[in-house]
Amino acid sequence: MLPFLGRRLLQLIPTLFFVSVIIFGLQQLLPGDPALIMAGEDRDPEVIAQIRAQYRLDQPIPVQYVYWMKGVLSGDLGESMRIKKPVLDLVLEKLPVTAQLAGMAILIALVIGVGAGIVSAVYKDTWLDYGANIFALWGISTPNFWLGILLIFLFSVQLGWLPASGYVRPSEDLRASLASTIMPAFVLGNAIAAVLMRHTRGAMLQVLSSDYVRTARAKGLLERSVVLKHAMRNALTPVITLGALELGTLLSGAVLTEQIFTVPGFGKLIVDAVFNRDYAVVQGVVLVTATAYITLNLLADIAYMLANPRLRS
Amino acid sequence: MKVGRSIAIAAALALSLAGAAQAQTHLRIGLAEDPDVLDPSLARTYVGRIVFASICDKLFDIDEKLNIVPQLALSHEASADGKTVTIKLRPGVKFHDGEPFDAEAAKYSLERHMTMTGSFRKPELGQVDKVEVVDPMTIRLLLKAPFSPLLAQLTDRAGMMVSPKAAKEAGDKFGNKPVCAGPYKFVERVQQDRIVVEKFADYWDKANVHIDKITYLPIVDSTVRLANLRSGGLDLIERPLATDIKTIRDTPKLKLVSAVEIGYQGLTINLSNGPKADTPLAKSAKVRKAFELALDRDALNQVVFNGEFVPGNQWVSPQHPYYQQSVPIPKRDVAKAKALLKEAGVNGPLAIDFMVPNNPETRQVAELIQSMVAEVGFDMKIRVTEFATSLKQSELGEYQAYLIGWSGRTDPDGNIYAFAACKAPQNVSGYCDPGTDEALNKARTLSEPEGRKHMYEIVAKRMVGENEGHIIYLYHRRVLIAHTERLEGYKPMPDGLVRVVGLRLK
Repeated sequence: MLPFLGRRLLQLIPTLFFVSVIIFGLQQLLPGDPALIMAGEDRDPEVIAQIRAQYRLDQPIPVQYVYWMKGVLSGDLGESMRIKKPVLDLVLEKLPVTAQLAGMAILIALVIGVGAGIVSAVYKDTWLDYGANIFALWGISTPNFWLGILLIFLFSVQLGWLPASGYVRPSEDLRASLASTIMPAFVLGNAIAAVLMRHTRGAMLQVLSSDYVRTARAKGLLERSVVLKHAMRNALTPVITLGALELGTLLSGAVLTEQIFTVPGFGKLIVDAVFNRDYAVVQGVVLVTATAYITLNLLADIAYMLANPRLRS
Repeated sequence: MKVGRSIAIAAALALSLAGAAQAQTHLRIGLAEDPDVLDPSLARTYVGRIVFASICDKLFDIDEKLNIVPQLALSHEASADGKTVTIKLRPGVKFHDGEPFDAEAAKYSLERHMTMTGSFRKPELGQVDKVEVVDPMTIRLLLKAPFSPLLAQLTDRAGMMVSPKAAKEAGDKFGNKPVCAGPYKFVERVQQDRIVVEKFADYWDKANVHIDKITYLPIVDSTVRLANLRSGGLDLIERPLATDIKTIRDTPKLKLVSAVEIGYQGLTINLSNGPKADTPLAKSAKVRKAFELALDRDALNQVVFNGEFVPGNQWVSPQHPYYQQSVPIPKRDVAKAKALLKEAGVNGPLAIDFMVPNNPETRQVAELIQSMVAEVGFDMKIRVTEFATSLKQSELGEYQAYLIGWSGRTDPDGNIYAFAACKAPQNVSGYCDPGTDEALNKARTLSEPEGRKHMYEIVAKRMVGENEGHIIYLYHRRVLIAHTERLEGYKPMPDGLVRVVGLRLK
């Protein structure tokens, strides 16, 4: 177990280095000049030259990279050119928002997706199954931004039940916080629910036709107990893996949904930073989310090892 | 039992607090973008100025008719040679941290704008040589040369006064918690989410401040911004889309106010910046004249903007005091345009690389221009380009025509000098004409409007009338603001910034 962990941790180093080079390199490919954008409408040459010097944009790219890496290794992700705030502060400010949204979305996805998947497998080829399948097809094919705008018109403009956009911290007002995040969380969760439903249904159908389930039924167990205790547990393993991966994606920020509901999370931060060519912010946020993703992956691997003894040898 | 009682007391207390909180009036303003840093020296965005309008007062302001009126100043006087401007300051003004506003503070603020690393105000105050304290309530600006647009500069961020104590302590982090002398003081900011300000009890004009708290919420998507206004989540939004004007007018509880912008929208032609300028459009004023005669500005306004905007052909709108009536908007004349092209020796369709920043409105304008000039013999190859990229390409001369506007400045100089003077920073076309240059420079030194207007007439005739220039001005937008009926006292300003003094919430 320990050597495995050590090996995996060692692998992290070149992976992260590679990621950092790619982030930095790709960014340089963005057309446009950050100093020109920063200089505002007036574009005074003196101001532009000064910005270039201040943010080392006048240095060769490898030199810029080394400066950035030096900062990162000492815990300094740099400073936003646009708002003059440390990138680390911005990341820490957005992390709880994105985490809350991702958590709620995945919860919604699991409840709807797994629930609908089980029902449609158990009641295969009935109208319940068809209904769940239609729901899944709709969920996969509905664009987030469209569903978002429709929800805003229904629940905010017409009914006036929920705020159209914005974000309230749970520590400020829990109810208002839930009200401000339920729509974006549903939009995100809905798409994932559809995928989860399809996977749950497939896995359940396979398990339900396996020998041990037939044995359980032959023993005279209640159908409910057969489905929920015996079949579901086994069927859920691949579903949970998928859910974990989706959670990782959600944590890197939901660009469109955050933009529409004006939720100040990672997605919005990164889009604004790209359009403003705020390099330090883009680099910092992508590095942090990439690290989070890799770490989640590592944790998932460790969890498999713990769960499945066959993998340990 | 005891526990029960304390719960009851706590509940009663909470209720009374909630009651007090409800009595507070709270204005929620939806912004089209997230402002940049809130430091008057380092700020550069338009939306940032909307927020500054509530927290940082300036030496001067403008009124609805673009007249310059005193704000933290009381009066001003220019010397006969125009090289000295003496400004008397308003007494009894305090900064948000309780520090007094006086000549020393004004000198500090101006010098901070002029010398701070990264200050965007440096070029705006570039003509100021020195700031002197005359007496505790008077300052004197010594200029390198007479510069009539100076006062107009002081109606914007360059005229904003900051608390010297707070600015010295915070250094370049001042923007995280700005301390100025405006009607509202800064409370908190959550990046990309909100900026909260509250009424400043010691404001010099506090009798006219009626709202307790203002929250600015950046909401980029204009549909969502409008939805928030309709659902009651916001009280005022800036820059709704021109295409949403009808929806707003049809909603009974909403009001739409507008003012013609001080800027312009136009088409810049690359005259001599790099090899791409090697085209008859750049070389011949006749070809440019033909291009202009192919345009129908009224139709453009009707088709794309429902006739809500104002067609124009100069760097200020036809309503502006500096508009030159002697250079009117030419009517569309296809026959004459064709004849001019023939005269210039252009046979067959003339292909032009037309760079258009990516946004739905400009794309539509570009397509309409494309179809109008196609009738005459121009083949506009529209190249939709992301905004930041288009700026860079314009600098590099990688375009033949570029659809780009300017947000406008209070003084007409700010709309033309940087674009048309030889080698000026925004002159990405390489236009350089000694006659224009001389008139533009002369206009900067004259203080009386008639003389200045005459100088600008020379420029307008040359650049626009004779088509020697590089910009074909097209139209002026209306600065749109929509608000709910609850809000009273809103006055549309030509710069589009929301003045919060005098506003009330029902």
